[in-house]
Amino acid sequence: MAVDPLVLAAFAAMAGATYFTRIAGFWLVRRIRLSRPLSGALAAMPGAILVALIAPTVLTTGPAESGAAIVTVALAWRLPSLAAIAGGVASVVVLRALTG
Amino acid sequence: MEAGDRDPMEVSGRPWRGEAAAALRAVAPAVASMVPFALLIGFLARQNGLSTLEALLMSAMVFAGSAQFVALDLWSWPVPVASLALTTFIINARHILMGAAVMPHIAHWRTGRAYPALFFLADEIWALSMARAGAGRLRLSYYAALVVPFYLTWVSMTTLGHLAGAAIRDPARFGFDFAFTAIFLVILAALWRGRRTMGPWVASAAAAVAVWYLVAGPWYILAGGAAGAAVGALQGVRDDGG
Repeated sequence: MAVDPLVLAAFAAMAGATYFTRIAGFWLVRRIRLSRPLSGALAAMPGAILVALIAPTVLTTGPAESGAAIVTVALAWRLPSLAAIAGGVASVVVLRALTG
Repeated sequence: MEAGDRDPMEVSGRPWRGEAAAALRAVAPAVASMVPFALLIGFLARQNGLSTLEALLMSAMVFAGSAQFVALDLWSWPVPVASLALTTFIINARHILMGAAVMPHIAHWRTGRAYPALFFLADEIWALSMARAGAGRLRLSYYAALVVPFYLTWVSMTTLGHLAGAAIRDPARFGFDFAFTAIFLVILAALWRGRRTMGPWVASAAAAVAVWYLVAGPWYILAGGAAGAAVGALQGVRDDGG
């Protein structure tokens, strides 16, 4: 159960970099007045980041992933989130098998 | 998780038990679908010659799944500390935008609590927090109940993955690789606010896919976030004019 000092240094550096990104936006936006455009930008950001995170997977991987995304959203319309997520994952397995 | 979580000015606030129960229900799918990835991180750490304790420390200290995957991909001996730190920063730069977006909703938390809490602002925690804030008020007790099971599962399953060795080699076989996409889609469905939402999302998707094709690495996330925010800013200006 050894811990190499250089490994620990690498983890500390990665942890520091991560923590900086997690507090920097909070710190900055707290100190400046929110103009209309800025609050519009902040309001749009959560959805925009989530869309960006999934866009390559949903739009470019293949028909199975695109189809499963549609299934997931359709399920989310009516069902609780856990059921929609499970249905989405199941549909990607089925669609991958079908589209080979 | 104490009574002090609540704003003393608010007499009619829901008790923290209700907040915690709602948060646990909300975070359960994210916790469940993260398990195979935590196991895989532990397994990859073992492949790269890290000890069990080192695998545990990595997940406990860094607590950023995608950055940890890339770090283990880049891993070599002697450890390239500087390039690991820089890569981690680039991959996690999206959290700067996320922290900015969550700020108005946690500005009422005490500073001494907000800064430690932000250590745990992983993608899923952030997304679930924003969904909660959109439906009402985001309390520290709710946030804490999101974080505790998520963090403990991440760290313990990484450790287990290292111990179990070859447990899960290929999460794609079971569709687990799609789980994060499905989670984010479900959260997006909850964030939908009618036609106004459309502009930023289309801009983000277009920018993300274009940059994803052109530039290797996680830049597509920043590009999409920035494009969506720009459209949001224009909508803000238009509101001002009207």
